[in-house]
Formats: sequence, C-alpha cells, structure tokens
Amino acid sequence: MSLSSAGDAGALVAPASVSLDRTKTRRRAAWRRRRLVLLLMSPWIIGFSVFFGYPLAMSVYLSFTHYDLLSPPRWIGFANYHYLFNVDPQVWTAVKNTLWFIAIAVPLQVLFAFGIALMLARARRGVGVFRTIFYLPALAPPVAATLGFVYILNPATGPVNTILGHLGIEGPLWFQDPAWSKPSLTLLAMWGVGNTMIIFLAAILDAPRQLYESAELDGAGPLQRMRWVTLPSISPVILFAVILGVIGGLQYFTQAYVAAGVAAGQASQAADVSAVNLGYPLDSTLFYPVLLYEHGFTDFQMGYASALAVLLLGVSFAVTLVIVVNSRKWVHYGGMAR
Amino acid sequence: MRRMAVILALLAAVAIGAYSAAGAVASRTAGPTNLTIWVGWSAGTHELKVFKSLVDEYNASQKAIHVNVVGDIVDTKIVAAIRSGTAPDIVSSFNSYNVGNYCGTGGWIDLAPYLKKDKISPSTFPAATRYYTQYGGTQCALPLLADDYGLYYNTAMFKKAGIAHPPRTISELTADAKKLTVRNPDGSIKVAGLDPFIGFYENVPERWGQQFGVQWLDKTGHSILSKDPSWTKLFTWQKSLIDWYGYKNLVKFQAGLGDEFSASNAFEAGKVAMNLDGEWRVAFIADEKPSLGYGTAPMSVDDAKPSLYGSGYINGTIIGIPKGGKHQDQAWQVVKYLTTNTHFLAEFSNGIRNVPTTTASLKSPEIKPDKHFATFLTIFGNPKSWTSPITASGVAYTNLVQNFFTKWQAGQVSDLHAGLVQLDKQLDAQVAQAKGGGVP
Repeated sequence: MSLSSAGDAGALVAPASVSLDRTKTRRRAAWRRRRLVLLLMSPWIIGFSVFFGYPLAMSVYLSFTHYDLLSPPRWIGFANYHYLFNVDPQVWTAVKNTLWFIAIAVPLQVLFAFGIALMLARARRGVGVFRTIFYLPALAPPVAATLGFVYILNPATGPVNTILGHLGIEGPLWFQDPAWSKPSLTLLAMWGVGNTMIIFLAAILDAPRQLYESAELDGAGPLQRMRWVTLPSISPVILFAVILGVIGGLQYFTQAYVAAGVAAGQASQAADVSAVNLGYPLDSTLFYPVLLYEHGFTDFQMGYASALAVLLLGVSFAVTLVIVVNSRKWVHYGGMAR
Repeated sequence: MRRMAVILALLAAVAIGAYSAAGAVASRTAGPTNLTIWVGWSAGTHELKVFKSLVDEYNASQKAIHVNVVGDIVDTKIVAAIRSGTAPDIVSSFNSYNVGNYCGTGGWIDLAPYLKKDKISPSTFPAATRYYTQYGGTQCALPLLADDYGLYYNTAMFKKAGIAHPPRTISELTADAKKLTVRNPDGSIKVAGLDPFIGFYENVPERWGQQFGVQWLDKTGHSILSKDPSWTKLFTWQKSLIDWYGYKNLVKFQAGLGDEFSASNAFEAGKVAMNLDGEWRVAFIADEKPSLGYGTAPMSVDDAKPSLYGSGYINGTIIGIPKGGKHQDQAWQVVKYLTTNTHFLAEFSNGIRNVPTTTASLKSPEIKPDKHFATFLTIFGNPKSWTSPITASGVAYTNLVQNFFTKWQAGQVSDLHAGLVQLDKQLDAQVAQAKGGGVP
C-alpha cells in the first residue's frame, strides 16, 4: 500500500516534475534567445540611446531651463515657451520663411526631379552622359554651390544679370532683394536635385511594362498613361521624395546661412558672419533652423534654442504624420491600393 | 679597512654623481610652463603674424612660460571649449559685446584679485575700456588694444569736388556726400559720396548713434530708444540720404563692391569717397593700397551737438582666462604682460594699427607717428567717446536694434515712433530672457 501509495505518488509527481523541468528549459531557451536578440541589437540600442534618446530627452529638459552654456541649467518652467510664442519678434518671420520654402521650393524640387527623370527615361541616345550631367550638381558641396550661385547671381557683376542686361532686361537683385532671395535659394535647390532624380528614374524604369501595353491597347494616350500607370507605379517614391523634401525644408540651414553672409558682403569675416547677417536681406532668409542656431550658438541661449528645437521636432513629426496618413489615399504598393 | 673606506668613498661618489645627473635631467624635463592662447586675428591678414612675433619676443624674454598662439578663433568656439573643459589657458575675443556672457556666467574668471594682488590700478585703463571689460561688477576681461571709428575721405575726390576740409556736422557730411557722388548715365551709382546703409561694412547703429549722442538706457536699465529724440534724428537723417540715392540703387551698388577685408574694399578701390571705418584701415591701406591719397578725421556729429565733435565709438579686443584652467597664475602673468606692458602694446599697435589700451602706452614714444592714425588716438582720448551698453544678452542686443534699422531703411516701418516703442519692449524682454528671469 505504502509502495503502491508511494508508486502512485511517484506516478503523480513525476509528470509535474517533468513539466516543471520543461517549463524551466523553455524559459531558459527563451531567455537565451532574448539575450541573443538583445546582444545583436545592442549596437543599435546603444546608438539610439546615446545619439538620439539622450539628446532628445536633454533638449526637452533644457527647453524648461535657462542655460547659457557656461553656467549650469536653471529651471524656469514655461518662460522660454512664453518668449517663443508671445515675444520673440523673429520667430514668426522664420516660421513664414520656412513654410514658404516647404510650400514652394519642395514641390518644385519634386516636380523638377520627376520631369528630368521622365525625360531621361525616354532618351534614346547619350543617356549616360545626360544622367551624369543632371546628377553632377548633387555632388557639389552645399557651401561651394551656394557661393557659386551668389556669384553668378550678383546683380552688379554676375554673368546672369550681365546677359539679361545685354538683352535689354533689368535683372533682379537676387540674393540682395528680400523678394528674390528665397526664389534664388529655390533655384539652387532645384539645381541640386540629382539624388531625387535618380530615385525617380529607377522607379519609372521599374514600372511594369505590361501595364503600359494594356493601357495602350485600351487606347490610353501619353497623358492618360502617365496619370493611370506611371504615377500610381511610382507613388511610393513620390511619397518618399515629399517626406524627405519636407523634412529637409524644415531643417534648411547651410545654404541660407552661407548665402546671407556672402551676399551681405562678409565673406572674409568668418568671425562676423554673425547673427547680424543671418537672414540677410531683411530676414528674408531667416529660416527656422537659422534662428535656432542664432539663439543657441551666437546668443548662447541654449535653453531657449532647445525650446525652438522641441517645437521643430513636434511640427516635423506632425507634418510627417499628416503626409503618411494622407498618403493612404494615393500611394500604391505593388500596384495595389493599401 | 682601507679597502672598505675606498669602496665606500667610491660608492658615495657614484651616488652623488647619479643624484646630480638625475637633478640635471629633472631640471631639463621641467622646462617652461606651456600655455596656449586663442585669438581672433586671422592667418589671412598681417595681424596674426604681428601678434605671433611679439609673443615670440615675450617667450624669449623669460624662461618660466612659453606661449603658443592659435588664430582664427570665434566666440562660439570659445564657449564650446569652456563647456567641454578643453579651453586653452588664455582666450581673446573681438566681441566685447559678449563680456556680459563671460563675466555674468563665470565662464571667464574674475581678474579683480589678480589686479589687486599686483597693484594694478583701474586707472591704468581708459574708462570706456574698463566699461566693456566688466559686467555686473565682475572684471573678467582686460582690453587688448581697442578700436575706434572715424571718417576716411579720399583727398583727390575732395579736391575735384572743391571741398576744402572734412565735414564736421551731419549737414556738411550730407552736402559733401551728395557733391562727391558720381552717377552713371542710367542713374545708377558709380561712386558714392558716402554709403549710409546700415549693414554696409562698419555701418551699425551704435557707431552712428555715438555721433548723434544717443542714449540707450534709463537709470533702471530699460531701453529708451523711443524716448530719446536723438535716435529719431539719426533714423530720419539716414533714411533721407538713402532715399536720395534710391534704396534699390544703393543695394545694387553695394552688391558690386569688394569684400571689406580685402584689397578690393570699396574705399581703397575708390568706389566710396567717404567712409565710416575703424583705425585698423590705416594699416590695411598701407598694406594693400599705399598709393591711395586719403585723410582721416573724427566722424561728423549732429549739428545741434557740436561739442561731440572729436569723439567716436569705441570697442575692442578683450582677453581673459577661462574657468577650469590648470595654470591660471601663469596665465595671469601672460595676460598682465599683454595688457599692461607698454612696449608690447606700443609695438602691437604699430604693427596692426589698433589703439593701445593703457594710459601709459597711449603716450609711449615707441608709437610710430602717423598722421592718419593720430586721428584715432585723439578720438580715443576724447572724454565723450564711448561704447554701447553691455547687457546680459550680449551681441544680440545691438543686433536687434540693427535688425529694426534695416527694416526702417528699406521702408518697411511706416510709423517710426511706434516702431521704436515696440523695439524698446523687445529689447527689455530680450535682456530679461537672457538673464533667465522670464519676460517682464
């Protein structure tokens, strides 16, 4: 009985013990898997935490402080945001300039890149040469490209106005005129669309031939083929170009910084291409990141600059979200509506 | 026993010899303390070479300290280095406007204890330089040569236009500017008598404001640009002259001018007949265009304030010791030498033609006489010469005024008084913001 009882008990206990062992083994295996995954992901996790998470958290924290870069940050609550929204006389000028660039320059860039790609896709001869010619400007460093544009568009000595003068046309003041400075920067931006153009070209060439053939059999003309075949086929690339363009527009800095300093006649004074020339002429090139730089690095108000940065991050996120959500109506993946 | 004594004596001799040799090696390896100084002078001009050669002279004059010079430094770099704990032993900045940042934050250490210890009286330095090297009672900087501003005029053009002497009042200046201006057949400007455009070369509100005797702040430190009629006078005069040229004409003319710090500078190239500029232009002209016939004089003043004539705007290079340095005492020895040694200041002034910044060096017989430069020594010594306010917001303060001025000259401000009232509010808010006390 006792044996039997013991045996029964043994029979009852044994499966539970096996089950526990199996659970433990499974847990150990799962933990080993997780550890491996963590180990493999650790470079990214460390990179993300150190170079994105930490700076982001610090920016948010600093935006609530008075921080002049030399003494420790001091908590001042929402004072920076109050100054940003209610007092700073340059914020709304910077916002307007940035919105102008996003509304005008970004669509023009995308259209221009698409147009060139379309032409290159149809070219029969010298395709390689043309691709190289149109791509080359993208390789020019932004500072050098801007210097070149300020030089050729100099209203008094530049070749463009000289040629226009010979044709009896009085050229604009370009970078010296607040009404023309942003269009001048737009020309510069359009000149350097090589990267976007190459992506468009690849997408156009990748569009399914059978769709064009079917459309042609259905009697579709060139415009209809463009509308109903090409555009839907490359719509993910259009979305990509628009999002990158908008984010680039929100972060537009180098060209505006260089153009303002050089056009204001301060090219040789590295020390003095300072806040006073940022936005030249008349704040027309004062884009939001330029203002942020001015407050952070020439006025040494890093707390306030952080508030500007947090707002920029929020707006960038919101705009991207709106575009992505909206894209569900017009972006097609693999020829299927999402 | 004798053998033992010999061995001991030999051992002692070896020990003494070894000790002496070790001492000699130690003294050789200790050497001078190496210090680094950052300065703004650019390697692209003659100025850095002059400074380096005078620092070499200092290095050769003593063995305790060796100073290494690094040029082309801007304030952003200085602040970044202090923040990251990698600042050099000594720093120098062209931007005396930013002394509020350096002194107010402790970024540059207080030099008052050193000055007291070495019995250097405040009167060693002229009043204006003392003002722009301190903030809130903290003397964290000292002047390292100063800049002041006056009138440069082309003598050949004056002669051709029948002008006998440089203008003393704003009315005379305006009349001469119009006389000296040469236009092309299409009405565009070939030679400008005077380019009054704010933002052109050294034309900034504070330098012209000095010639109108403007007031910046009231006793409580609030901005009073709208309350002081001198500002309105300056704004109105400047705009009327801009309108005489034609705003667009002037912008196009300026676009064709050479860079300020190059041999194609508009005054050196004969494109402007009169120009507001700093004393350093004397050396630049000697270096780049020695054949140019020109004269210098104090800049003209408001007709209603003739007693201001002879004065001018002053600012200058400042030097200090960043916090956290390992050799602050040695750094002070260098700063003391560079800012108070009469020989150094006189020779440096001769080399780059900036104004020496101690009362003794101003009278030094080592200063080479130069009729053009002498004007600026006189302006510097004028008791009415002054500088712009040193505030917590640093250079942003005057930049905000300039920003408003550029809108005004472009015709974008319809009501000047209302605009100035708004500007006063913005300036006060900016200072409060910079102090971190919130917006008033």
